[in-house]
Amino acid sequence: MAEFLQLLFSGLTVGAVYALVALGFTLIYNASDVINFAQGDFVMIGGMGTVFLAAAGLSLPLAAFIAILAAVAAGLLLHRLAIEPARGASPVALIMITIGASIFIKGVAQIVFDKQFHSLPAFTGSDPIALGGATILPQSLWVVGGAIVLFIALYLFLERTLLGKAVLATAANRLAARLVGINVKVILALAFGVSAAIGAIAGVLVTPITLTRYDIGTLFALKGFAAAMVGGMGHPLGAVVGGILIGLMEAFGAGYISSTYKDGVAFLAILLVLFFMPRGLFGGGSVERV
Amino acid sequence: MLTVEGLSSAYGRIAVLHEVSLTVAQGEIVALVGSNGAGKTTLLRTISGVQPLTGGRILFDGARIEHMPAHARVGLGIAQSPEGRQVFGPLSVEDNLRLGAFRRQDAGLAERLAQAYAMFPILREKRAIPAMSLSGGQQQMLAIARALMAAPKLLLLDEPSLGLAPLLVDQILNAVVSLRDRGMTILLVEQNASAALAIADRGYVLETGRMVHQGAAQSLLADPRMRAAYLGL
Ligand SMILES: Nc1ncnc2c1ncn2[C@@H]1O[C@H](COP(=O)(O)OP(=O)(O)OP(=O)(O)O)[C@@H](O)[C@H]1O
Ligand SMILES: [Mg+2]
Repeated sequence: MAEFLQLLFSGLTVGAVYALVALGFTLIYNASDVINFAQGDFVMIGGMGTVFLAAAGLSLPLAAFIAILAAVAAGLLLHRLAIEPARGASPVALIMITIGASIFIKGVAQIVFDKQFHSLPAFTGSDPIALGGATILPQSLWVVGGAIVLFIALYLFLERTLLGKAVLATAANRLAARLVGINVKVILALAFGVSAAIGAIAGVLVTPITLTRYDIGTLFALKGFAAAMVGGMGHPLGAVVGGILIGLMEAFGAGYISSTYKDGVAFLAILLVLFFMPRGLFGGGSVERV
Repeated sequence: MLTVEGLSSAYGRIAVLHEVSLTVAQGEIVALVGSNGAGKTTLLRTISGVQPLTGGRILFDGARIEHMPAHARVGLGIAQSPEGRQVFGPLSVEDNLRLGAFRRQDAGLAERLAQAYAMFPILREKRAIPAMSLSGGQQQMLAIARALMAAPKLLLLDEPSLGLAPLLVDQILNAVVSLRDRGMTILLVEQNASAALAIADRGYVLETGRMVHQGAAQSLLADPRMRAAYLGL
């Protein structure tokens, strides 16, 4: 029982991060039909940026804030310089562009930062909290709590503000959005900026647990993509459920079977979903669009 | 109010509109008729700015607008109820209406919402459900009401009666007349030429991308060539 709880806690923690990355995929996909494989690199910019700014003497909150802003700037530039000029290109071409952007970001990160693994101190100490025979790190509570706050904030933004509704409207029907006077270019930029912020916040929260490096984004992008696919691409709740499912599968797979294939779980999940429910658990966009 | 001069437009390399000219004066209903594929929708899309033009000018209240982005034209007071309804399917009926007022977040918004519901009471009844679960006729009402939420000076209507039962067609055309009577200016595209000309002040006939007839609606209705070619009489 204690082991089960332990695995559950660690699965929920990574699952929360995957869910955030998947949410970033979802937001951009909905607004622009683009599957942004640079999504994981926002996580890296958040983590690495905070590490290096903190090392330069800034307080942790200030360092994190600036790193998140940097990720937002990267997201806006990605939209402005790579996606916007390729408007109307095929989905596959757009995916190629985001993969290229991801490689570029990693290259820049190698130069600006370095090639070492880095960590951050846990926000509120690292004494494990005992819970039902298992233990949980305070930082895990930060990750899960932070993810919940972000989900709620995003939900309120999309459902309760006119600008949020404009994002949903642009996702639903771009022509009609233009005809009611929505500047869809601004909405797309907003989607990239918010996705980048979500990714970077996830990176700041999780770095004390998982470490970070210039190329950590690839793994997060793959896991987040898998989560979004499992949930149903384009479906926000699906992204959250998919992320947590993959986190749990990884944790239990590693705990009860073997940790050798931990990173393979996400691929297995994608394959199973493509095979048995091609539109994902929550029925998002069809795979043909991918 | 609206002046279109020598307007041309193309899809890729295929030219669809050839130097089309048209004017709409304050407070009138102008009907634009013509057979399938004549370019009526393309003309409305070009006026709204969601379709590029390859030549010509568009003036609205005397100012050139042909290079303005679509959202700015809505801000100036040009709203369109597009062909095929184009509602925001997953969003509620009321959200669709509120988004219609995206550029017009003023004190009159609540009143316009009330007017929209008064004009189409079924929309009030269904205000909380997703627009995609409305019937075709209800979606058409929603598309018109959404355009009205922008409090436009000029309303562009593209085939508001397409695919509707005759009773609904009458209801919608009556609504168009009452909008004009309240001072709105309307450019109405219809395949059903006789119904459109019957409520219009003036009319234009578009044929394969060229304006071929224009005149007072009554005289177009009476014109023997028109009756044979477009009115099916
Ligand atoms: N997206 C498009 N790409 C290429 N050609 C198009 C496109 N839309 C319309 N056309 C062509 O442009 C011409 C004019 O089309 P348009 O839709 O403007 O006509 P219309 O008068 O509105 O017709 P309808 O009465 O059927 O609505 C047609 O020949 C049509 O085939
Ligand atoms: Mg048409």
